[in-house]
Amino acid sequence: MSKAEILAAIQRNKPALVELPAAFMPFEAEKQDLKESFSGMVNQIGGQVLSVEHWQDIEAYVHQHFRSDERVITTITHLNPPFEGVDPDVDPHDLADISLAILPGHFGVAENAAIWLTDDQLGIRVLPFICQHLAIVIRQDQLLANMHEAYDRIGTANQAFGVFIAGPSKTADIEQSLVIGAHGARSLLVFLLQ
Amino acid sequence: MSKPEKDHAALSDVFTKDTARVDWHDETLWWIRAKRDNAAQQLPEWESLRTQASLIKENVLSRLDTYLLEFEAQAKKNGIIVHWAKDAAAHNQIVYDILQQKDLKQMVKSKSMLTEECHLNEFLAEKGVEVIDSDLGERIVQLAKEPPSHIVLPCIHKKKEEIGEIFSEHLGTPAGISDPKILTETARNHLREVFLTRKVALTGVNFAVAETGEFVVCTNEGNADMGAHLSEVHIAAMGIEKIIPRREHLGVFLRLLTRSATGQPITTYSSHYARPRAGQEMHLILVDNGRSAQLGREDFRNSLKCIRCGACMNTCPVYRRSGGHSYHTAIAGPIGSILAPNLDMEKYADLPFASTLCGSCSNVCPVKIDIHNQLYKWRQVLVKAGHVDPKKVAAMKLMSFTLSNTKRFVLAGKAGRMVMKYAPFAVNNSMNLWYKQREMPEPPAQSFRAWYKQHGNNE
Repeated sequence: MSKAEILAAIQRNKPALVELPAAFMPFEAEKQDLKESFSGMVNQIGGQVLSVEHWQDIEAYVHQHFRSDERVITTITHLNPPFEGVDPDVDPHDLADISLAILPGHFGVAENAAIWLTDDQLGIRVLPFICQHLAIVIRQDQLLANMHEAYDRIGTANQAFGVFIAGPSKTADIEQSLVIGAHGARSLLVFLLQ
Repeated sequence: MSKPEKDHAALSDVFTKDTARVDWHDETLWWIRAKRDNAAQQLPEWESLRTQASLIKENVLSRLDTYLLEFEAQAKKNGIIVHWAKDAAAHNQIVYDILQQKDLKQMVKSKSMLTEECHLNEFLAEKGVEVIDSDLGERIVQLAKEPPSHIVLPCIHKKKEEIGEIFSEHLGTPAGISDPKILTETARNHLREVFLTRKVALTGVNFAVAETGEFVVCTNEGNADMGAHLSEVHIAAMGIEKIIPRREHLGVFLRLLTRSATGQPITTYSSHYARPRAGQEMHLILVDNGRSAQLGREDFRNSLKCIRCGACMNTCPVYRRSGGHSYHTAIAGPIGSILAPNLDMEKYADLPFASTLCGSCSNVCPVKIDIHNQLYKWRQVLVKAGHVDPKKVAAMKLMSFTLSNTKRFVLAGKAGRMVMKYAPFAVNNSMNLWYKQREMPEPPAQSFRAWYKQHGNNE
């Protein structure tokens, strides 16, 4: 019932057709160092960037910063055990005690430090949110200037779920005091892989 | 429909009693406005982006039916169950029916101003369903049994000491704790338990893409995703005006939304939901609730372009000093004052008058809604429809009678100066609303007209 009524009311009330504007053209930016602006933006929003040369550098970092009894999980097959892999059939609730999740991202956006991740990279959708700490690995040559380029890159890809993640979870709901670590990850580390 | 128990002026009186708090509220919101300016100025194409967003929304309004049908078809293909609700009651019933089918009595909900507009929580509470709001600010006002006072910053009216008291009463923190870090950590642990145990999660929707059938939810806290991805049933509720034609348009809107709202370059999470995860049920409710009627009001239809960033509230000199609750509607501030009378002219007739018409709202609006013009136009509509206090109408008529004739104007000026000079008590009392919180000025010795006659032709 509702549907027919709503559509009829819209048809009765809508204004004359206005065409869509041409695609937006961002102003030509001065040639910027994408790595520098992306890293600066990650820091500004409470994250951290580490440039690494090899996958082993990531392993070494994790071993140095996380105890062996902490649950570290990854969907990246290049990373060697003892990291736990993600079983796509696992009950998402079983991920509640993950200390660190290391996930691959498609690309990063320099203007806002957002990194694009999709279902296939997450393994389990809740993973980048439920883990205490999150690390995302992107290739250094996969940095884009702005969100228009980002959606150009995504194009018509047909992912079931995709998310831009920019920094750690945060809130300023109490007197506008910024607190890092609201409901999602308490920290975000971006590994820029050369 | 009915008149409100207290109108904006009366409710503002409640808020303005505590002068120190008003100053703090005013300064805090202005600080956010300044952050917005700073973020906007980082982008040389900011003004072009605003124009583009406005034009895209113009197209949306002119093809809303087509886009909704395209969205529905795509979403269904993606495995989303799509519902249509013509009003708040229909929306609430759909949510309740889904809960009943699953025999569930508990739900976790992330920020959705639409469900505030529909009074979903109250409706479900009456049916014995417990809803927990998971956005920190919303959880705080929920525990305090208050509505949000701002669409982006729900508890901006509260001091941390008060929040500490609420947490001490409801969440068991020791009395006297007001450190935002400790309070946030407490809420994190409390709500994590909720996320892990609730089987139904309701989220709002920031944008829905007709082309792909996906919808986008933006949060900083990660609460929408925690709820949705741990749930067996995800319900997303959206106003029909949230539709955008193509995925690429998200580039425009996501660049504008958070910069306008809080001065951040983007929210921490911008989640694109296209298909439910294996074993999950995903519902989407398209809600009209007066929007199609507003579409037919030529002077006010542009208000449907709103992307709910809250910039107009942060900049509004009235909102900043009267507080969100003085608007007695789910969406406060300048934009809310345009949207509310569409739903109920009598109840919200006061709101378009809660403005100085300074135009600051229109200047910061990311989709270029001419907010202050619409507030001005609503006033005409409301007076004509007889929804404005007869005393105000009489005063305006008297004013117009006086100002439209030179002799009467001169006479009124003289009378005014005489009264202020010889009988100041006649105006310096509480009967005179202008006397509230300010002294009346010294009356000038002569009018400008008299002064000009004396000095103007000396050359």
